Amino acid sequence: MKIHFLLRSIFFSFLTFTALMHTANASIETYPFDTAQQEKDYNILIDELRCLVCQNQNLADSNAELAQDLRRQVHTMLVTEKKDKDSVVKFMVERYGDFVLYNPPVKSQTLLLWTGPFIFLLLGIGFLMRIIRQSNSVQPSNNKEAEDTASKSE
Amino acid sequence: MNKQMIPLAIFSALVIFLAIGLTLDPKDVPSPLIGKPAANFNLQKLYSDETFSPNELKGEPWILNIWASWCVSCRQEHQLFVDLAKEQLITIVGLNYKDTPAEAKAWLKELGNPYQVTVQDPNGQAGIDWGVYGVPETFVMDSQGIIRYKFTGPLTKKRIKQILLPLLSELKDNKTQVK
Amino acid sequence: MIPEIGHFSLIIGLAFAFVLATVPLFGNHHKHTALMQLAVPAAVGQFLFLALSFGCLLYSFTVDDFSVKYVADNSNTQLPMIFKVSATWGAHEGSLLLWAWILTGWALAVSLFSKTLPLSLQSKMLSVLGMVTIGFILFILLTSNPFERLLEIPQEGRSLNPLLQDIGLAIHPPVLYMGYVGMAVTFAFAIAVLLEGKFEMAWARWAKTWAIVAWAFLTLGISLGSWWAYYELGWGGWWFWDPVENASLLPWIIATALIHSLSITASRGSFQSWTLLLAILAFSLSLLGVFLVRSGVITSVHAFATDPTRGIYILVFLVVVVGASLSLYASHAHKVTQRKEFSLLSKDTLLLLNNVILVTMMATVLLGTLYPLILDALGVAKLSVGAPYFNSVMLPLTVPLALLMGLGFATHWREDSSKRLLSRLWLPAVASLLVAFLVPLLLLPDVSGLAILGLLMSSWIAFTALIWLLKENSTGLVKPNMQKFGSALAHIGFAVTLTGITITSIYSIEKDVRLEPGQSYQINEYQFKFIGVQQKQVDNYLASEGHIKVFIDDKLLTELYPQKRTYMSQVMPMTEAGIDAELSRDLFVALGEKLDETAWSVRIQYKPFIRWIWLGSILMAIGGVLTLFQRRKKVKPENANVAEVNA
Repeated sequence: MKIHFLLRSIFFSFLTFTALMHTANASIETYPFDTAQQEKDYNILIDELRCLVCQNQNLADSNAELAQDLRRQVHTMLVTEKKDKDSVVKFMVERYGDFVLYNPPVKSQTLLLWTGPFIFLLLGIGFLMRIIRQSNSVQPSNNKEAEDTASKSE
Repeated sequence: MNKQMIPLAIFSALVIFLAIGLTLDPKDVPSPLIGKPAANFNLQKLYSDETFSPNELKGEPWILNIWASWCVSCRQEHQLFVDLAKEQLITIVGLNYKDTPAEAKAWLKELGNPYQVTVQDPNGQAGIDWGVYGVPETFVMDSQGIIRYKFTGPLTKKRIKQILLPLLSELKDNKTQVK
Repeated sequence: MIPEIGHFSLIIGLAFAFVLATVPLFGNHHKHTALMQLAVPAAVGQFLFLALSFGCLLYSFTVDDFSVKYVADNSNTQLPMIFKVSATWGAHEGSLLLWAWILTGWALAVSLFSKTLPLSLQSKMLSVLGMVTIGFILFILLTSNPFERLLEIPQEGRSLNPLLQDIGLAIHPPVLYMGYVGMAVTFAFAIAVLLEGKFEMAWARWAKTWAIVAWAFLTLGISLGSWWAYYELGWGGWWFWDPVENASLLPWIIATALIHSLSITASRGSFQSWTLLLAILAFSLSLLGVFLVRSGVITSVHAFATDPTRGIYILVFLVVVVGASLSLYASHAHKVTQRKEFSLLSKDTLLLLNNVILVTMMATVLLGTLYPLILDALGVAKLSVGAPYFNSVMLPLTVPLALLMGLGFATHWREDSSKRLLSRLWLPAVASLLVAFLVPLLLLPDVSGLAILGLLMSSWIAFTALIWLLKENSTGLVKPNMQKFGSALAHIGFAVTLTGITITSIYSIEKDVRLEPGQSYQINEYQFKFIGVQQKQVDNYLASEGHIKVFIDDKLLTELYPQKRTYMSQVMPMTEAGIDAELSRDLFVALGEKLDETAWSVRIQYKPFIRWIWLGSILMAIGGVLTLFQRRKKVKPENANVAEVNA
């Protein structure tokens, strides 16, 4: 466990160092676009792609040099090479893995992630229905007087 | 009674994951390129005007070490590469990442040059094709040109002993398993 | 000397916490009144000594005592005084000390304001609070001592991260912690009730007060964080679904559910065990938040720099506190289960449905936040879950929530008929539809389906709340019933926030442009004219200050001065945006970089209705607190409630 942590701290310091050492001044680029769709796709992509050397930031918000490089890459692919949004995503995932996507792809490993909320909701409603049905077969309690005065004040 | 134990059960499962989480590194990104053919590049060499491509190394296993003169961790690992080169176990190619030729040459002069070939990637474009996101990184390729392993962060004696050397002997015996 | 006093006070505080945790419980067991009453002086004692401890740390910052490692790491002589003060809680150790002190503050408040509760319940509650306090003080003493000294005293401290050199650091953490920690009160209450074996309706009313106050602080704390990130980070974003942000949202969602559940229990006496579970859950999520933020298991710009030892301690603490309380719940909850009859169409059902949706939302945010960790732990994959996911899944959950809010206002307790309900609802329904369709058509740049949906939800909530306030309240607006007014206001506040989120998400405009001095850029009716950039030396940083004039129809509206600051101790420059704020929109300008001799890249943003997001949260908090000012109708001993909150 101890060596693992040591390795982790070395690794982390290397990442931090490389990220900081080469952080330049700006992340506001004035890239030109040929069509409005390109610009829209660009903005969506840099929002959804992760900056790998940063502490949980997307390409849009990051000052790191890798982020600048990748933004340039996205722009080149969209405008110069006239590729579509999905091709850019595929390109990034091929090289950096699914980790680079903030919008997790729908695959077998993320099935629980995407269906989870819906399942939770159904479970909750089901549970509630059972309680309502159960409560309707329960005798009214002996606290009726307190209940009546209480409900008047609500 | 049963129903009321559900929260405790869920919590227990959660705790197990959190405990395992303490041993993990959330920033360690595994490479999707392992088992895939190494990306080609045609980069200018550092010490001459020619270009170099990994295709020239087909038929033998080789190592690509990504480094830069501005990278502190690269200094830490460099001596290990120099030592490795002395043993002549495997061809080592250096990729000078987002650097200038003058500073790169000065750095190698000071610390030693273990590389058979050193190429320059001044804008990081080749790096993107290899999924590079930090320096140093080291890739190990087999004789078919398939990436077999990626080290992120500096190489250490332990990593060499536990991972690199066994891998190299496996590659030498020409056990090519494409995943 | 002072740091040693601070350190020692902490130890004495621990002793008091120990007394608080054990003696009243012991007294409870043996029905010994005096021992139970010892809870109050013990609570006072731990509060005073924690205050002293915190005071010593604060003092060390104000006098630049760099012999204290924590001060040397987080401050320096050039720092303006207000930032030296807020640096006290700017990093892990100090913020924990603040947390612990606030915890003792809540315990003190409980000890002073729980006279209406039976002594046995009160003493149990305070003991539980004492136990939690022990856990935190021990954590500080064993792993995160802010009073650690340096053998070699540096001449100058390392300074505070420039991002934190802002008024935001002075207010956001303290307010947030008041809410986070405040959940411990209802938690202690729940444990005490489970141990007591019964749950009186009057107690629920007492607990609701504390839940609302803590909730109000949490609402404001989260909102402050959002507002701070917005103007400080320079990109115009106000919520990133970052794990640390989510960690604060989780207890907030459950606290909201808890308040509503306590309403049911206080009015109808039912759903006692569910309410208790929510109370336990709320504070458990607070503790989970502490773990996530300080253990290193997640990556975040907000995370404190930590080491794994601290992570292990917090996890063990989490297991002990939450594990014990959930075990207690599993074994004792059946004692406090009571069901009342109610039909499908009733306020009871609707409030419960509200709870179901809120818990689903919490579970969803938790799932998304922990999913990468879970997959990594299972060795399955390494992936990221970010804003796109959360935005996609939270929207479908907000819609039924909004619908239920409106229905809930109009429906009676216990049972109602759909016919009567419709007669109450047709007016707000029509009004909402009108607003939802007419506003985009007439006032907004274009008509978007999502905008209509968002406006429909907000106006539905607002109208139903207003009608409820006017109708149900027999005295009308002349002599308002504070409780109803507060409740309506809080829900309207939510509608205001929802409106802000809807409009700003859909109609914001952001452009990165290259501008020469004298050049302009037009967004909607605003003309942004770039005048130039000047260099300035301020306090402890060097700034490139841009000057932008904003015109409408050639009339000068305002002048903005975005900056790029390079702080003395840093390499990276920080961006300070120039913002013109109004209720209907923000104009947001950030300086990029020098592109050549004269031209600069500039980011210009138009953010409509963004202030509504934070305004709404202020209304929510005020509304919540107003509900605590109740008119006393009949003063029966078991119905007596706190007439004035300890604001």
